[in-house]
Amino acid sequence: MLTAILVMVAIAVVTGLVLGWSAIRFKVEGNPLAEKIDAILPQTQCGQCGFPGCRPYAEAIAKGEADINQCPPGGEEGVKKLAELLGVEPKSLDETHGTPKPKSVAFIDEQICIGCTLCIQACPVDAISGAAKQMHTIIASECTGCELCLPPCPVDCISMVTLAEDLPHWKWKHPVVMLKKVA
Amino acid sequence: MSRELFKFKGGVHPPEHKSESSTHPIHAAPLPRKLVIPLRQHIGQVAKPVVNVGDRVLKGQMIGAADGYISAAVHASSSGVVTAIDLQPVPHISGLPDLCISIETDSRDEWIDHAPLDYQAMVPADLRMQLRDLGLAGLGGAVFPSAAKLDPGAAHSCPTLILNGGECEPWITCDDVLMRHHADEILQGVAVMRHLLGSTGILVGIEDNKPEAIAAMQAAAQKVDFAVEVVAVPTIYPGGGAKQMIQTLTGKQVPSGKLSTDIGIQVFNVGTAHALARAVHHGEPLISRLVTVTGHVLRRQNFVVLIGTPMHTLITLAGDRDGTTGVLMGGPMMGVPMPNLEVPVVKATNCILVKSNELFPPLPRALPCIRCTRCADACPAELQPQELFRFAKAGDFGRAQEYHLFDCIECGCCSYVCPSHIPLVDFYRYAKSEIWAREKEKRAADLARERHEFRQFRLEREKKEKAEKLAAKAQAKRAELAAEPAAAGSAPSDADAKKALIAAALARAQAKKAETMPKNIDHLPPDKQREIEEIEARRAKIREMARQPLESEEKP
Ligand code: SF4
Ligand code: SF4
Ligand code: SF4
Ligand code: SF4
Repeated sequence: MLTAILVMVAIAVVTGLVLGWSAIRFKVEGNPLAEKIDAILPQTQCGQCGFPGCRPYAEAIAKGEADINQCPPGGEEGVKKLAELLGVEPKSLDETHGTPKPKSVAFIDEQICIGCTLCIQACPVDAISGAAKQMHTIIASECTGCELCLPPCPVDCISMVTLAEDLPHWKWKHPVVMLKKVA
Repeated sequence: MSRELFKFKGGVHPPEHKSESSTHPIHAAPLPRKLVIPLRQHIGQVAKPVVNVGDRVLKGQMIGAADGYISAAVHASSSGVVTAIDLQPVPHISGLPDLCISIETDSRDEWIDHAPLDYQAMVPADLRMQLRDLGLAGLGGAVFPSAAKLDPGAAHSCPTLILNGGECEPWITCDDVLMRHHADEILQGVAVMRHLLGSTGILVGIEDNKPEAIAAMQAAAQKVDFAVEVVAVPTIYPGGGAKQMIQTLTGKQVPSGKLSTDIGIQVFNVGTAHALARAVHHGEPLISRLVTVTGHVLRRQNFVVLIGTPMHTLITLAGDRDGTTGVLMGGPMMGVPMPNLEVPVVKATNCILVKSNELFPPLPRALPCIRCTRCADACPAELQPQELFRFAKAGDFGRAQEYHLFDCIECGCCSYVCPSHIPLVDFYRYAKSEIWAREKEKRAADLARERHEFRQFRLEREKKEKAEKLAAKAQAKRAELAAEPAAAGSAPSDADAKKALIAAALARAQAKKAETMPKNIDHLPPDKQREIEEIEARRAKIREMARQPLESEEKP
């Protein structure tokens, strides 16, 4: 028990140090505007915008090389926020890049998974755990729902599961009934 | 003995409707056939089930263990068999189900072994863990785990302990009757709180519309060996709110975004003190509570109810009537409508208020805000409700937060006085939950960014390591080759080196070929020849075997 705890603590400390160190060492210098744009982007890292991740898209917007309406996971609200930040007119989402979908996470059918590791290589946020010839599992809390792991799977055992609303995630709705009456 | 009292800003005087239920004796609600006990009954981490379907459980047995510091255990309210651990309707406005443990009771009501705690001899931290495992949570309505509130933290003591018997919300009388009938036990609980918090001043605040409760508490205060000051405070809603009670009794205001313990004050509800006394002096977990059943029923009164009892059984017990228009859990000001009446009584259920059109006429339809600022005058948190409403309605949550949205205690005074009948509190609840959801999303995005960056870093590093390895190898070869021609006495140019490299590689390949084809087998005796042939055959077989996994690895 104690060794287990110690091992876990050691792992936590080491990863913490590595992460902290890499945060400093690999800090992307420069363009503060790109940084601000990146802070608005949803970090799904899905590439639907036509760039290999949110950060490159942010940099392209900052340089004026990309439009602000290419990120489907960010939705209309994301476009609005970007427009606000850049002081331009908001526009509607460019549908050629895709449409917003309800938040979902990937799910691996462990009965079918052959442990080929191809999905691990595709996942932009390392949300899949597993090793060669072992069945793989998605760490749901870290999955961004980018769907990049679906195409490489040779046995099609990964599916996207829409997150159902449960009590801890329930939100009060806008009291629209009354608003309609007022209007 | 009279104490100087302070007035907080705002507040309203809705009709009280207390005497209807407070004058009746407490009745015990009968044991239901089935108990449904939610695992999430407190603020903080949901409890983890520790029993299985089919298990026989005893009354008071832990069925859900606390998970973390801000958490509380849940227990079987009676003996019986666990029939399900699944999602069941719970008393929440959303109508969404939550994880519950269902128990079919066996009417034997058989207790598990339990013994009093020798709290004075225990290490405080252990005692708090015990209280957490006995499921104690605030019974005033917020259901914050009591064990965490009984930790004085870094300050080591909390000088002032306030016992809140305000019960300012109309219709509800469970604290009133508890004080009338169990004053001694309440103060036993206070003794434990005082022990854990190291408090020196103990104040009991009771609104002056409860003279019997004040008298009972004063009589009990004479009997204990520590000083307790029972104070009658003016009746005004929401005088029983924790911050308002603190201000009335001490004149101190809890700063925005701070806790009362930051100014050396801790507040507990009287019901919590009573439950604490049962836990410490009898070892009983929190498995029942007092519930006021009132409003549109035949007999308005208070019941001792086992946690997990379906609400409709209580309404039937009190005598249901025609013309019911809805049921609130809690009072008319802060209560939440129940999606259905199958939902169980939980630790937070202080009142079941049955509505009818005569008692609660439907509100006229809402009109636009006329900016009369009556809401601001009524707001006890000194906010600008009309501005908060404007921002929340427009989805301008940043501005709402600037206007201290999170100081709003959702007391409903603003909605109560609003001449336009705007359901203001619903807007604040909406805004708060949107802000929380966004913060959660932001945290998730930050995590994803960090993980993505770390992955990029890892890939980069792996690539670099590979390149370095290759470079080192080439370097070594070049050095080796450079040494050879140097020995031969000619200084090689770069092109020569490359040529030499190729030549060396060729030579190596030829050497390898020669190795696999030994030359000294030309003149051998026949037995040796046979031996060699056998070995060759075995080699070929091994080579064949070695090739198979290699190929399958290359192209799956
Ligand atoms: S489309 Fe995907 S990768 Fe591009 S910015 Fe949006 S979330 Fe990021
Ligand atoms: S598990 Fe799949 S869907 Fe989830 S983040 Fe990784 S690649 Fe995207
Ligand atoms: S009381 Fe109602 S109408 Fe008056 S300012 Fe407040 S929200 Fe507006
Ligand atoms: S509900 Fe909030 S805004 Fe309205 S009066 Fe109460 S504290 Fe003030």
